[in-house]
Amino acid sequence: MSIDTSSAPVAGRRLFGRVSSAFTSPKYGPVLVTLVLLIAVFAIGGSRYRGFVSGPVILNLFVDNAYLIVLAVGMTFVILTGGIDLSVGAVLALSTMIAASLLQSGWSASVVIPLILVLTSVLGLLVGLMIHVFKIQPFIATLAAMFLARGLCYVISKDSISITDPVFVSLAQTRISLGGRMSITASVVIALLVVLVAFLVLHYSRLGRTVYAIGGGEQSGMLMGLPVARTKVLVYVISGFCSGLAGVLFTFYTLSGYSLTAVGTELDAIAAVVIGGTLLTGGYGFVLGSVLGVLVLGTIQTIITFEGTLSSWWTRIFIGGLLLVFIVLQKVLTARRR
Amino acid sequence: MNASRMFSSRLFWPVVMLLVLFIINLVAFPGFFSLEVKNGHLFGSLVDIARNGAPTLIIAVGMTLVIATRGIDLSVGAVCAIAGAVACSIILGSPEPGSIGTVAVAVIVALLIALVLGLWNGFLVAVLGIQPIIATLILMTAGRGAAMLITEGQILTVNSPPFKVIGSGFVLGIPVSVVIAVVIFTAAALLTRRTALGLLIESVGINPEASRQAGVRSRGLLITVYTFSAFSAAIAGLILTSNQTAADANNTGLFIELDAILAVVIGGTSLAGGRYSLLGTLVGALVIQTLVTTVYTVGIPPIATMVFKAAVVTAVCLLQSPTTNAAFGRWRRSLGRGRPGTRTAERASVS
Repeated sequence: MSIDTSSAPVAGRRLFGRVSSAFTSPKYGPVLVTLVLLIAVFAIGGSRYRGFVSGPVILNLFVDNAYLIVLAVGMTFVILTGGIDLSVGAVLALSTMIAASLLQSGWSASVVIPLILVLTSVLGLLVGLMIHVFKIQPFIATLAAMFLARGLCYVISKDSISITDPVFVSLAQTRISLGGRMSITASVVIALLVVLVAFLVLHYSRLGRTVYAIGGGEQSGMLMGLPVARTKVLVYVISGFCSGLAGVLFTFYTLSGYSLTAVGTELDAIAAVVIGGTLLTGGYGFVLGSVLGVLVLGTIQTIITFEGTLSSWWTRIFIGGLLLVFIVLQKVLTARRR
Repeated sequence: MNASRMFSSRLFWPVVMLLVLFIINLVAFPGFFSLEVKNGHLFGSLVDIARNGAPTLIIAVGMTLVIATRGIDLSVGAVCAIAGAVACSIILGSPEPGSIGTVAVAVIVALLIALVLGLWNGFLVAVLGIQPIIATLILMTAGRGAAMLITEGQILTVNSPPFKVIGSGFVLGIPVSVVIAVVIFTAAALLTRRTALGLLIESVGINPEASRQAGVRSRGLLITVYTFSAFSAAIAGLILTSNQTAADANNTGLFIELDAILAVVIGGTSLAGGRYSLLGTLVGALVIQTLVTTVYTVGIPPIATMVFKAAVVTAVCLLQSPTTNAAFGRWRRSLGRGRPGTRTAERASVS
């Protein structure tokens, strides 16, 4: 992402050439297009509604979508290796249910949260082993995990359980003031920390390089002596962990556990990752792009809320349309390079 | 058929599973296999399984062909919802909701729209070359929104006797939905297995590039397969809507794509494309529906059904996985060591 901005001192024409080649490269192109799109969507919102482009609205975008950012980070790891994880929405719902029911029976929050993260990571580990050891397609293995998680939600309770635990309530209600009317929640800080860690891992660690290598070509990665097997299992553990954490953040947001929460959230997470420029075949993509993707989805949702007359199902149609545009764009960009 | 061939047949495990489920049901509910005729209609647990399983089976037939081409169609649930929404809004909008003509128009328009949606999926996959899972994800996401748009967010309740027949009527004592499912299944089986069509579909699934160079028109085949899948999804959607006498854009056909894919996978068709078995899909759809019925008859809370589905998928996938097969093969070879004749026979049947 730094190529087009930091290389300013060269002559104008060379800058233009660099910018245009960045836009048409399969690596940076989709991310840049997403950035332009995000700015455009904001400009549209700002021109239609007073007070749209303001600090609180932008920060609320993060507050409302903190859990989706965490989900998208986990999904980015999986998609970078060329896999897919359909279970994230159900695992998120499961962790809200576990949190709500354990807190209700008097467990302390300091035990519940680590327990949830361990459980969802173990679920991710099982999925990863199914995929790697038994050569089951990621699609089907994570589908089974999705059924399992959703079913366990129903087994825990059919009804919504509210959370009254003081730690959760205070984490949900504390606003960290950034001056003026602007404030964020603890969830936003956690989500941004997750993004930072994921960014560092993907770009500055062996694990990250192996993830990209598997997406680029599993066989070649194996021949280079990279720990392909371990990494392929690990990305599903990461995705499971992120789903669990997203579930915890979601309970901060709603202060309840409900077995039907987040139906279809896996699609939002996949859409955010794709719109954020990660190639579905793996190998190309950035965590920061996925964050941009979440913000684009969030902004569209905000515009629809501001519009008032547009019904919420337009969101799904818009997301579908955007997905199409970005997938075709990926196709065009990768086809040109070949 | 000798024992080892039966053991390695792809239908072996699904059939065993179905039989086990039948036995559990029989133990829990001794009248499970009894059929009776009331008012000239057939009644009984088996009839219920066939009737409730019909929409899943219809979609799974289309899905089998899609999966055989190395594809997948996630949009079938959304197409179900759209077809139901279109048909109900036409019937509600007409002056005579009870006339056969209105219902015929509604059904035909719903099916035509489904054909267009199928062509769209096929276009994305075959012409633009987008991965099937993603190409159909677009319609899955946007389709339900479109269905909500058609119903304007309402649940459209229709009171039209001819429309109700599709989902809950009887022909010669047999439920209409079962008859429709049998017709579609037989048509698909005859069309693909009595002609070269099935062979061509498999060849596209096994190696698209090689089959293209051998002169197979994979593009047209892919478009046909996705169109057929959307068409069968629309029929299932009409059955579901007619059975509930209402179009609910949010819930009609929700998760049915997963059930259909499960039916195909349980039936032994590999998601990697290539060889497919419609008979296996039939058994798979029956296994899923019997499983749901079993959960009811045994007295497990019905909300736990999804856990059982997860267990079944996992078990079937693990049994069919190449790793397990290889382990089985090693085990059987170690049993047959010292007898060269059996060893070669085993090897032949394993491969």
